[in-house]
Amino acid sequence: MTILTFTVLVAIVSFAAGLLGSLTGLGGGVVLVPLLTILFHVDIRYAIGASLVSVIATSSGAASAYVKEGFSNIRIGMFLEIATTVGALLGAYLAVWIPTAAIATIFGCTLLYSAYLSRRPRPPELRNLPPDPLATRLKLNGSFPDLDGKRSYNVQRVPAGFSLMFGAGALSGLLGIGSGAVKVLAMDQAMRIPFKVSTTTSNFMIGVTAAASAGVYLSRGYVDPGLSMPVMLGVLAGSLLGSRILVKAETKSLRLIFSLVILVLGLQMLYKGIWGRI
Amino acid sequence: MGHTSFPAKTDSARTGWCSRWGDYDIEVAIGYLLRSGVVLSAVIALCGACIYIFRHAHEPADYRIFRGEPSDFRTIPGIIASVLHGRGRGLIQLGLLLLIATPIARVALTVIGFALERDRLYITFTLIVLIVLLYSLIGSGLVF
Repeated sequence: MTILTFTVLVAIVSFAAGLLGSLTGLGGGVVLVPLLTILFHVDIRYAIGASLVSVIATSSGAASAYVKEGFSNIRIGMFLEIATTVGALLGAYLAVWIPTAAIATIFGCTLLYSAYLSRRPRPPELRNLPPDPLATRLKLNGSFPDLDGKRSYNVQRVPAGFSLMFGAGALSGLLGIGSGAVKVLAMDQAMRIPFKVSTTTSNFMIGVTAAASAGVYLSRGYVDPGLSMPVMLGVLAGSLLGSRILVKAETKSLRLIFSLVILVLGLQMLYKGIWGRI
Repeated sequence: MGHTSFPAKTDSARTGWCSRWGDYDIEVAIGYLLRSGVVLSAVIALCGACIYIFRHAHEPADYRIFRGEPSDFRTIPGIIASVLHGRGRGLIQLGLLLLIATPIARVALTVIGFALERDRLYITFTLIVLIVLLYSLIGSGLVF
């Protein structure tokens, strides 16, 4: 394959990944690493480097569009970023010592569990929860524009969410992904933050989390310009398109797409990890 | 960006979304910063891409074996030097470096925003995040 063909094909695949990543709050990175390694036979380390860069582009590109819609919560994002950045830094340094096959196996399990959690039957959406003392002290509660005016929400189980975010950050640093799936789960399932607020705040946080490990990866020589360029530009274009669809899409269909993507990726990662194909 | 059709853009939704105007002002400033950072880095990377593809279009693309990037593409002085030599890939790396810097600038701007609101708790939280990010840049050896 010539550099021209390779660049064009990678850009097209990245565009699709960016669209999907933005729609689901996954960040596109989780899709990119398997796609680059399987379809284009790229070494996993180059794939991780390119993916990390694309994750920052997705987050920043989409977040700039979300900000004005009023879904994301800057305080929740900022507070939880303490956990994700420290985790990401730890993950990036650990990546040298842990074999990739073991990482893939652990990650596959995490994704499958996430898919199970997101499809688990539960009441439509818990509204009017009592205010949690810690969340109130940290000023995390907020409101967002809904179809019938504004809707307030009270954040629950802050320590559980914070711990999950540390794990999300570590996974991000280890695998070079945004780990939006775990971030959304921490906010949506553990902290009971409404889904749209969770996905947009997650998208917002992903860039900062990825930046914490991107410096480490760039200086290690994992970020190749020839590969990262089509990935970054493709993902950016896709994510901008995705951010426009999100506001109009139904929460229900979003969740379905979201969990299906997690399931497929989980199986893929598990397969790669167990058979050492990573 | 053409978001006028969304109901969320009404003034009542804006003021209703957060109790104070301060938070919304921070968010708007951050929105502009993120957009400018991303656009600038994308344009720089695209310029680099044109040079790179024009020069190497018909060479084989092979990423099967990991070799690691030369120091020209993994330290800030190296990247700047290769840009000055007119190298396409150097320009792409500069764009990527700017992209990595965008979220860091976002956090720095958020510190200022919370300082204007005199919110000590969130100034502290945001500063912790900023310190971690700066440590990751300096500690990784990217700067030298």
